[in-house]
Amino acid sequence: MKDFTSHALNVATAKGARYADIRIIDHRQQVVSVKNGNVDGIGDQYSQGFGIRVLVGNSWGFASSAYVAKAEIERVATLAVQIAMASAMVPGPPVDLGSPVRSTGQYTTPIEVDPFSISLEQKLDLLFRADEILRRNSGVRVSEANVIAIRNHKFFSNTEGAFVQQILYESGGAVAATAVSDIEVQTRSHPNSFRYQGTGGWEYVINADLVGNAERVAAEAVALLAADVCPSKDTTLVLDSSQLALQIHESCGHPTELDRVFGTEAAFAGRSFLTLEKRNNFRYGSDIVNMTAESVRPTGLGTFGWDDEGVPASSTPLVREGEFVGYLMSRETASKLALESNGCMRADGWNRLPLIRMTNVSLEPGTWELDDMIADTDDGIFMETNRSWSIDDMRLNFQFGTEIGHEIKGGKRVRLLKNCTYAGITPDFWKSCDAIGNSRHWRLWGTPNCGKGEPMQTMGTGHGASPARFRNVKVGVFR
Amino acid sequence: MNFRQISDLVMSASSADETEVLGFEQNESLTRFANNCIHQNVTERNVQITVRSVIETKIGIAISNDLRPESLRELAIRAGDVAKLQPSNPEFKGLPQPQVITPVESFDSAVAECTPEQRAARVGIICRKAADAGCAAAGSMTTSSLNVGVANSKGVFAEHRLTLADESTVIMGQNSSGWAQRTGWQLAAIEAEALADEAISKVRMGADPVDFEPGEYSVVLEPYATADLLEMLAYDGMGALAVQEGRSWMNGRIGERIMADSVNIVDDGTNIAGIPCPFDFEGLPKKVVPIVASGVALSPVYDSFTAGREDRKQSTGHATPPSPQGRFGPAPMNLFLRPGSTSLETMIKTTKFGLYITRFWYTRTVHPRDAVVTGMTRDGTFVIRNGEIAHPIKSLRFTQSYVEGLKYTEAIGETTRVLRSGFGGAVSVPAVKLAKFRFTSSTR
Repeated sequence: MKDFTSHALNVATAKGARYADIRIIDHRQQVVSVKNGNVDGIGDQYSQGFGIRVLVGNSWGFASSAYVAKAEIERVATLAVQIAMASAMVPGPPVDLGSPVRSTGQYTTPIEVDPFSISLEQKLDLLFRADEILRRNSGVRVSEANVIAIRNHKFFSNTEGAFVQQILYESGGAVAATAVSDIEVQTRSHPNSFRYQGTGGWEYVINADLVGNAERVAAEAVALLAADVCPSKDTTLVLDSSQLALQIHESCGHPTELDRVFGTEAAFAGRSFLTLEKRNNFRYGSDIVNMTAESVRPTGLGTFGWDDEGVPASSTPLVREGEFVGYLMSRETASKLALESNGCMRADGWNRLPLIRMTNVSLEPGTWELDDMIADTDDGIFMETNRSWSIDDMRLNFQFGTEIGHEIKGGKRVRLLKNCTYAGITPDFWKSCDAIGNSRHWRLWGTPNCGKGEPMQTMGTGHGASPARFRNVKVGVFR
Repeated sequence: MNFRQISDLVMSASSADETEVLGFEQNESLTRFANNCIHQNVTERNVQITVRSVIETKIGIAISNDLRPESLRELAIRAGDVAKLQPSNPEFKGLPQPQVITPVESFDSAVAECTPEQRAARVGIICRKAADAGCAAAGSMTTSSLNVGVANSKGVFAEHRLTLADESTVIMGQNSSGWAQRTGWQLAAIEAEALADEAISKVRMGADPVDFEPGEYSVVLEPYATADLLEMLAYDGMGALAVQEGRSWMNGRIGERIMADSVNIVDDGTNIAGIPCPFDFEGLPKKVVPIVASGVALSPVYDSFTAGREDRKQSTGHATPPSPQGRFGPAPMNLFLRPGSTSLETMIKTTKFGLYITRFWYTRTVHPRDAVVTGMTRDGTFVIRNGEIAHPIKSLRFTQSYVEGLKYTEAIGETTRVLRSGFGGAVSVPAVKLAKFRFTSSTR
């Protein structure tokens, strides 16, 4: 493989590139999904190819192909340089990549059981058992259960001497029940409303206990049809850790992406309110809010050995005691701040350019037991499991909906609530955080469907959180 | 290998009762710009072969981009092996029989052969105009060509090649921004000068926006915002699977007048005014499907699976590609909101007090059965007072049933704009004026 990558880099250099890198990826994905007692989808997907990124002068070019052959490598390397030269027709500022990256080595996701060693029969058996329990509840209109296994075998090499090989495994699964009345639809899912997914082996699916939670999920979906609608008011909000994970993703992860700050995602993903002068000089949240980006924590969807620029996995503080202190960076953007990259560049395949992506952006645990947090709340709502999400292009104005809620009165969970929504402005919301669950309640979730870039890339990111409490939050936006 | 050779090889290697081969061959290039320079510039050459094997009523799917003959044979065997593992699915009635397909032209060699230099030249026009205006431009230009082929063991064989050109820009001033976009299958649809001028004029109009109290207001929506109405309604339930599962806004409303008389929504897959394709991903011809006619909800679109679940239903030619991840269900891919007879200027002139919206952003479903959607306005939101655009305001969040919004349609624009859909395909939409639209919060 090294001969192959060296040849590509030599061709790119000979054609005029002052920097080049190549990624060769072999991707395998297996999905099994069951719906209403039938197989809804089952099959394998294979994709292989390579992408070459070149810097000519101060302009970038990228070309990719599914045909992994020597002649095609030469064509694609030459094309990448031609594209970079075309980019120079509309030139930008000087590009500085900072210190050379010369990483070498091999990384494989630690797994107990290879998810591809589990037969399709075994996977179907698990899903049919869960699905059957969901359908035992006559109020369930649609029952769903699925599992996924992914293996990415990646080679990365650059003209600075880096050569790394990684085999990254992901596994996941979920169950969901949908109940339908004449006027509405209610869905409950487990462990999360997006497929529960992380870097790991089949043990990750087993730990999710899809079968053991199916009966509860079905009962809750049906109960929601008859539940009261979330009231409209300003109140105390307690979020479970899975909903909080998406809140972190949207309102901390994305605004700390440094490419957004520099405006290079303005036309699609948007920009950020966390502008440069705010670093070390802006109160993002209350004193108990600490957020960290780390790509070294096991089982996160943002866990790896090196990013797609060959920069090693790391841990970076983003928010400390409520102060905004750090960004997610690439080599090029970090150098603009006279910093080194913290390894956040990833592409969703061989045919896509690496972009700054969240690794595992998490809220550090606090000190509270969840029961104590609720007992300490006179009047509020406890919301669980994301149902809808939307946030403005600066990552300030957000609105989320959850699958289920419970009214809290006098320190106790009382009424079941449906169609729960809440809204706010990012720093105001995080400044209102006055209680965070302890490490016993902390859980690392996966968001496998984060969209960014053009052409659109879908990336998996990780987010850890414990349940947390927020004061004076607007809930019940649309009744 | 061409698609005929690929499909023949796969079918000869398959021992399934029925076999389907879907092939995509794509060349896509995208030039991306920000801060008035090109910062990302990419091209991709890829193929994808999807094999759907049927044994009795069991379906197995395997997908690969490896075209070596031995790999294609393995793919066919793999799909068959997957099918064998399953219990029978009596709802599946088999792969479709061939039908007559009328070819349609949607390939422009100028798009397929567009060079990086040609894209850079068009992008350069926008960046220079923005710089001259003291603004920063961001955006992208895409040129792509796609060969689609579908074949099955019952005799279906269809091939089509199409092109897509799309360019969009956000141009930003000190405290305002403007948006413009053009989409078409012909390169002539892309007018860089006009794009830049449109976005820059919105930057100037939108300078120094003020806070504005959310509430319920009359709105005039530019086609960019109207496009979101159609896209989200399509996503929330214009397909038969959503209706059959009871999660569509059409549930309980079919045959009822739910929108204004002037609203006519149709999927017209072969209409060259949009981005046409003569057949769906099962190789069945696309039929014209009136989804809402004179405000009355008529019918979702069907594929062969959903049609087979109902009495006397036939596929309308709206199958989406088979996926191991489960059925997405049939979907409209070339959707039209028929134009009315009112100019945009008249819509503004006839508005005593309301809001003028350039586009919506980050819209998500809150309640699917009523197509309640939340999202933000972006790149130009203005107050209309006494028939004139009075002043810009900061972006607002709305939470609104799109079905109910269209119930209060007061006017529909006389011209339409084709726009690439975020869910695939395209929508062709005019401006609209709605009497009521609910804004639920503001931003900074």
